[in-house]
Amino acid sequence: MPAPIRLRELIRTIRTARTQAEEREMIQKECAAIRSSFREEDNTYRCRNVAKLLYMHMLGYPAHFGQLECLKLIASQKFTDKRIGYLGAMLLLDERQDVHLLMTNCIKNDLNHSTQYVQGLALCTLGCMGSSEMCRDLAGEVEKLLKTSNSYLRKKAALCAVHVIRKVPELMEMFLPATKNLLNEKNHGVLHTSVVLLTEMCERSPDMLAHFRKVSLVPQLVRILKNLIMSGYSPEHDVSGISDPFLQVRILRLLRILGRNDDDSSEAMNDILAQVATNTETSKNVGNAILYETVLTIMDIKSESGLRVLAINILGRFLLNNDKNIRYVALTSLLKTVQTDHNAVQRHRSTIVDCLKDLDVSIKRRAMELSFALVNGNNVRGMMKELLYFLDSCEPEFKADCASGIFLAAEKYAPSKRWHIDTIMRVLTTAGSYVRDDAVPNLIQLITNSVEMHAYTVQRLYKAILGDYSQQPLVQVASWCIGEYGDLLVSGQCEEEEPIQVTEDEVLDILESVLISNMSASVTRGYALTAIMKLSTRFTCTVNRIKKVVSIYGSSIDVELQQRAVEYNALFKKYDHMRPALLERMPVMEKVTTNGPTEIVQTNGETEPAVLETKPPPSGLQPANQANDLLDLLGETDVTPVIPTAPTSKPASAGGELLDLLGDLNLTGSPVSAPAPQIAQPPFLLDGLAAMDSQPLFNDIAAGIPSITAYNKNGLKIDFTFERSNTNPSVTVITIQASNSTELDMTDFVFQAAVPKTFQLQLLSPSSSVIPAFNSGTITQVIKVLNPQKQQLRMRIKLTYNHKGSAMQDLAEVNNFPPQSWQ
Amino acid sequence: MQFMLLFSRQGKLRLQKWYVPLSDKEKKKITRELVQTVLARKPKMCSFLEWRDLKIVYKRLYASLYFCCAIEDQDNELITLEIIHRYVELLDKYFGSVCELDIIFNFEKAYFILDEFLLGGEVQETSKKNVLKAIEQADLLQEVSKFSFSGQSISMT
Repeated sequence: MPAPIRLRELIRTIRTARTQAEEREMIQKECAAIRSSFREEDNTYRCRNVAKLLYMHMLGYPAHFGQLECLKLIASQKFTDKRIGYLGAMLLLDERQDVHLLMTNCIKNDLNHSTQYVQGLALCTLGCMGSSEMCRDLAGEVEKLLKTSNSYLRKKAALCAVHVIRKVPELMEMFLPATKNLLNEKNHGVLHTSVVLLTEMCERSPDMLAHFRKVSLVPQLVRILKNLIMSGYSPEHDVSGISDPFLQVRILRLLRILGRNDDDSSEAMNDILAQVATNTETSKNVGNAILYETVLTIMDIKSESGLRVLAINILGRFLLNNDKNIRYVALTSLLKTVQTDHNAVQRHRSTIVDCLKDLDVSIKRRAMELSFALVNGNNVRGMMKELLYFLDSCEPEFKADCASGIFLAAEKYAPSKRWHIDTIMRVLTTAGSYVRDDAVPNLIQLITNSVEMHAYTVQRLYKAILGDYSQQPLVQVASWCIGEYGDLLVSGQCEEEEPIQVTEDEVLDILESVLISNMSASVTRGYALTAIMKLSTRFTCTVNRIKKVVSIYGSSIDVELQQRAVEYNALFKKYDHMRPALLERMPVMEKVTTNGPTEIVQTNGETEPAVLETKPPPSGLQPANQANDLLDLLGETDVTPVIPTAPTSKPASAGGELLDLLGDLNLTGSPVSAPAPQIAQPPFLLDGLAAMDSQPLFNDIAAGIPSITAYNKNGLKIDFTFERSNTNPSVTVITIQASNSTELDMTDFVFQAAVPKTFQLQLLSPSSSVIPAFNSGTITQVIKVLNPQKQQLRMRIKLTYNHKGSAMQDLAEVNNFPPQSWQ
Repeated sequence: MQFMLLFSRQGKLRLQKWYVPLSDKEKKKITRELVQTVLARKPKMCSFLEWRDLKIVYKRLYASLYFCCAIEDQDNELITLEIIHRYVELLDKYFGSVCELDIIFNFEKAYFILDEFLLGGEVQETSKKNVLKAIEQADLLQEVSKFSFSGQSISMT
């Protein structure tokens, strides 16, 4: 048998292959040769063969038949063999292979080998890919080597210990004694790996963290860092004039963990952080890497405000750096700190907005996210201009998020209704096909509520779809508005701008075009058909035309359209006397949030046909009138019913519960529909609101309002905390926190509230429905109260929950609202 | 660091170091997708990108070779660039003005050097001199060990 060819020769040969097929042939030939060589149990050439196998593996070819051979190489006494054997193990033998465990004994022996380079190989392999079992078996050996005076081995043992701890966290304790002297080393390799080990321990275990704080780790680290900065040039560790930046960065990171939430530690590191922040050379990436880590640390610990401002200013300077990598990390960091240090970040707003024009996609995305975080009541006009321009010119992958962000920001901070409508229009026309489908119901509701803008809105929407009706969300909103306000359109009543001359036929033309067009989605067609139907009560001359269109679609292939058309036909024929009432103008909608998935909006035109089947239809007026008759809350005859959010397990009974709350009376029949049409909150808005729970709701917050305990009985305590906005003083936001001091959990907890008529109330989804026992957790829920007349706030609350196996229920009045919450 | 990949402009893998346990199939999938993503980047873009739930730091060198690292959320991107830079310096010093062919024909050496610089995804030695010294000594040991008892010297390569 001729000697197997050398590795380099094989590589050369394979590289001469001109096609994939040729390469595959060579590989197969060589693999066959290697296989037979393995079968011969030839010790001499095993190393060479495995090396070749590893090369072929890298090209993507299977090499599993070499796994056992790697083990044999590891077991060999020759260093060459071990080197390749361990390399092969690391490449071919991950912990999922059965063969993996067979390595354990070899590694154990090699950890105790007389040659440090062999020990090094074993430590390296164990530290890179040792399984949990291996780590358990060999942790003792690693611990021993952690205490050796040989710095070459000590540094490897430290990182090996890190891997062991990651795989088997329970073993962390055994490495603790060895850490005592680790930082006394002069050797930078040991120092670096020791800091990594300490970091891993502190991150994983609060006990360890407390221990290391106690044994004065912080002063020790500060001293080492100081030496690095102050010491003169050390050629061995110098990188562009900075001494051992890798070690500096790791120390800063460990300091971050030690200083987090700990005043004493934070104070002890204050000076060194300031020193590093001001003295580090910023001309090269390496200096900026250190500054970056320093900024992250400053922002995360309990640093004094001067230091924080220094940190944000560093980030501000980063934003102006030519190096786009630096700009990128600056934006990322600013995004993390914008909630806590909002005003400081605001100062850099114009630079951030400039980054919207950057060429790099990642930078643009971050700049966009940050811009949205910075929009507030004061800068909304200017920011929106920039963001709309960005929406116009950005890549398609951004448009959906940008549009959603603009809607959210516009809703929160719109300076006027007209501006709000205009902004929405702008988004719909520039990015109309990227707007999320669930934004449509929200927009419709918004438009409904801007009563004085109806004529203007419908006119603008009409003009928008005249030229192009391919953008579905735009067409849906436009169709709905035209159906609703078509009468305003043809009568030319617009105040805000020059009214256009439109005839009823022209309006029907456009709606019919939408119906016919191939580009229209099924949902869009539904909108158009319903709109046409609604116009039958708003238009005077074209009712016959409408009748004709509706009857045609009675035989449409699209089932949805067909059903609608048939029902609308019925409206024309048998139920013609009800048609005007049914198709009446939509009332202002209550904003309701639901816990469940988004539901398609149901306009009056759509829900009514379903009602026809059951009983004589109600008047188009709010069934709330019925509810009002039954109410006698707080001694007043009129109360605004509130739809509480309940867990999705009981949506159907929402109406019944509500009336129970307000009168504890039995009703003979459930109301025909919920007091207001259920408008589902689109997810993005809900996300925004949910996000708002965790961040300050308004960017300008009035001075702290004292919180109150609204209810405290049977172990259930409910506290109210308040927030009000400077920009909208009629709104008070109440966050309720429900806690449970008994020894058993309270489950299925539902909180409901009602307020007097002059108020409006919105209840958002609760954080959960279980209040854990022993005050170990709370349920939070946000209530928004609109109090335009600044009347004294009063509230009646109803609590239902399960406790100790029985259903509990209680009613209470809350009268102790602090004056600052409503005056 | 979770893994490091070196690949050519044509997408051919030159080195792969994985610090997390994944099956061969998963590794291949990740490699294929990530290589595609990085190769699609334009020269003006920054060296960082978000990919799945990882941060990717990459550097293009010698016009044809990409060094690509996947780091975790708490890791510092800028210092990772320095890590890549340091590794290149080590290769450069070892091979004497390194080029892609050196790494192709001596891939096992590239791994050995990497394993003296990083361990388990973390930097184990911050001194260039010490890393190179260790490699030098290990190479020497390898030379010596080639002589088997029969006196016949077998070269691996």
